[in-house]
Amino acid sequence: MQTHTLSLTRKGVQLRRDILTMITRAGSGHPGGSLSVIDLMIALYYGKMKIDPQNPAWEERDRFVLSKGHAAPALYAILADKGYFSRDDLAGFRQLGSPLQGHPDKKKLPGVDASTGSLGQGASIAVGMALAAKNQQRDVHVYTILGDGELQEGLVWEAAMAAAQYKLDNLTMMIDNNGLQIDGTNDEVMSLGDLAGKFTSFGFDVIELADGHDFGQILDALEQPAENRPKCIIAKTIKGKGVSFLENQVGWHGKALSPEQLEVALSELVVEDVAE
Amino acid sequence: MNKLATRAAYGDAIVAAGAKNERIVVMDADLSHATMTCGFAAAYPDRFFNAGIAEANMTAMAVGLSEMGYIPFISTFAIFGTGRAYEIVRNSVAYPHSNVKLALTHAGITVGEDGGSHASIEDLALMRAIPGMTVLVPCDEDQTHKAVQAAVEYEGPVYIRLARMPSSNLAEQPFAIGKGSVLRDGQDVAIFTCGLLVATALEAAEQLAEQGIDAAVINMYSIKPVDRKLIHQYARKCERIVTLEEHSVLGGLGDAVAHELLANGACPILKLGVQDQFGQSGKPDQILKHYRLDRDSVCEDIGSWMRRD
Repeated sequence: MQTHTLSLTRKGVQLRRDILTMITRAGSGHPGGSLSVIDLMIALYYGKMKIDPQNPAWEERDRFVLSKGHAAPALYAILADKGYFSRDDLAGFRQLGSPLQGHPDKKKLPGVDASTGSLGQGASIAVGMALAAKNQQRDVHVYTILGDGELQEGLVWEAAMAAAQYKLDNLTMMIDNNGLQIDGTNDEVMSLGDLAGKFTSFGFDVIELADGHDFGQILDALEQPAENRPKCIIAKTIKGKGVSFLENQVGWHGKALSPEQLEVALSELVVEDVAE
Repeated sequence: MNKLATRAAYGDAIVAAGAKNERIVVMDADLSHATMTCGFAAAYPDRFFNAGIAEANMTAMAVGLSEMGYIPFISTFAIFGTGRAYEIVRNSVAYPHSNVKLALTHAGITVGEDGGSHASIEDLALMRAIPGMTVLVPCDEDQTHKAVQAAVEYEGPVYIRLARMPSSNLAEQPFAIGKGSVLRDGQDVAIFTCGLLVATALEAAEQLAEQGIDAAVINMYSIKPVDRKLIHQYARKCERIVTLEEHSVLGGLGDAVAHELLANGACPILKLGVQDQFGQSGKPDQILKHYRLDRDSVCEDIGSWMRRD
């Protein structure tokens, strides 16, 4: 493994520990989708985005919108690790009075670029941000990550149409394609059909990743330029990735691990065990 | 009396505001010739964005525009902007207190021939219920210009309710968010009203005077925040309150006024408006008459209520 991807992989293990600990302490939250999306976000925050944690309001920063806002623990783990706020604050997740709300609240927490949680809306907000940045001729790239189940919201496709119409080559939409949602698989609940074909026909440059946990693949996809059109990265991921008994389980969408289960999970998440 | 629809006044006002402030951008959902944002589109094509027939996306996109420093005014019909896009207004505009202005036209039953599907009678109720939302209903051309300016200067979400039907231009009034304006003083009853029924209330008050009823008329162009002081002042002075609005009597101006008076005990309130019904097709003035919101009906209803005991 290359040094960079090795350190990102280790970061993934470390942050997964934070995510699961946070959720267990709160007694509620969304472990499955947080663990499927975390590597995409690590690639962005540690390998791609132009940000300054010391100056969260820096106007020329790249923007990130977690459209699948229920994966807030993944965002909080990263923002704390980056120094936007103290890691101690993670203990307040979902507690009364905490800035770490169940879903990201930009008014309360530094580093959150958009309040999300109601599915589909983050994608539209990101399109608006990218349109503004392009119109203002600013060197700002906007990244948004959506869940696959989220794509069942019609608003996403309204946003996709607008992104192509306004030729937003400063917008990257990433799909955390773990194939599962609350009531079952995507196919059982409401099949998404040919996702790559859909985004292509909507006017996106589409890149499909066979492994959305492989930092080499993710970073390569992020580096590929899109000309005159928005980019969509469809990343095949594993819900609950990293913990044997969470992986690919529908039942772990929105349920906290018990303290005992957490202990078992943490025993599988050992940074030093990541092989070079 | 000179008449102009507040939607037309808005079309002029937003061009004027855009000339003074380059942060102002406008979005529309394929109705720019009805909402009258077409003037802005022509004057500032690089600051006008058509969202297509996608009100929900327009609303959330505007949040993104505001995050990047713009002051977006978004326009479509009130029924869609507050109804179809409601949850986006609630969660993406208001919850983060985004600096997005909803300037929505064709509100109320006077939308006319398009009928009940297009007549928003609950938009004030929907917007009023959202924490931190400012809700303004200008009554004429001058007030519309002032409402737009106030919305530009205020940092946060604002809903400006605009009408299709032309309304009479009244004498200039001072305008401030959270204030109301007394247009006629009176002793017996205070009529709190807004929008194009302000002129109707003034005419009705003239007619009531002939029956020996001395009615005050108060223009409550700021539905939220509402001018509590004025409400309590006139409740004390007149001891009878009438609210008059081109909106459902559930959740709009009537309830905003009644809410303030509940804690203070008895003050009889008559809420005139759309009585829990949908609108329908017709000429706007016929519709107003049908729903008893024309001058004569208002006068009759207030008169008989006043004489009842």
